[in-house]
Amino acid sequence: MTCTEFLALLDDIIDDSIAAETRAEVEKHMKKCGHCEVVFNTTRKTIEIYRSHEIYDLPAGLRDRLHAAIMARCKKGC
Amino acid sequence: MTTIQSIAGQDEHPDVALVAQVRAGDVSAYDTLVRKYERQIFRIAQHITQNREDAEDVMQDAFLKAFLKLDQFQGNSKFYTWLVRIAVNESLMRLRKRRTGRMVSIDEDLETEEGSVPRDLADWAPDPEQNYTQAELGKILEKTIKGLPPGFKVVFELRDVQGLSTEDTAEALGLSIPAVKSRLLRARLQLRERLSRYFRNKPGARRLSPKEVRAES
Repeated sequence: MTCTEFLALLDDIIDDSIAAETRAEVEKHMKKCGHCEVVFNTTRKTIEIYRSHEIYDLPAGLRDRLHAAIMARCKKGC
Repeated sequence: MTTIQSIAGQDEHPDVALVAQVRAGDVSAYDTLVRKYERQIFRIAQHITQNREDAEDVMQDAFLKAFLKLDQFQGNSKFYTWLVRIAVNESLMRLRKRRTGRMVSIDEDLETEEGSVPRDLADWAPDPEQNYTQAELGKILEKTIKGLPPGFKVVFELRDVQGLSTEDTAEALGLSIPAVKSRLLRARLQLRERLSRYFRNKPGARRLSPKEVRAES
């Protein structure tokens, strides 16, 4: 397996959607290619960090304003 | 009869019942849907508009519009993907207004080759986020994702942060499956590249090999 082939499979490797046979080849490649191993680990970490740290907090009171807007519409009939 | 219904209901997404309740006139069921999805919709609006006030308006308008158009909602798509589509369209409309009518779509900005090939190949510090406070980390993550094209950000948000399938993401954004896949790979690689600036191992610092870690524990 070449680094280009590895990169083309990166998403499938991360999402764990490759066949066992391909996975074995991928693991063999990572053992001998430190760069691809770093790319795999740091990409996976990137996703993990974004998943576990919520950015853009919901402003306080937004839900209440939305609720009021919906209720106001309902008074007109819904 | 109850048994047959419950078996049939097993595959049904929980939103289907909530939508049916709203249609039958139970507004509180809509509050449940709002609570369930408000954060996600707000984040999508922020990613596209890059403006907090616009994102607030988009969230309001998208939920209100979905509520008023619920009769038009076809049961063959999921409520959430339908809602995302409304929110994305509302966000793009806001963005166009700000950019005085310039065409903005989720489909643009693919010309850039940035990040399609990994350049920074330095390994990261173990648990690199521990070197920053929550506030600092929040700023880094915001700043890092901000520079990506809107289509990349939203695909990354839906697929990786919110955990939607490729198919649902494609449906929500009106993109083909290959288009979602190519955006996701580019988004992941660009974010990785940009985060490397903060998280890479400092020069001189040596990371323990897995063997050494095992030996220590």
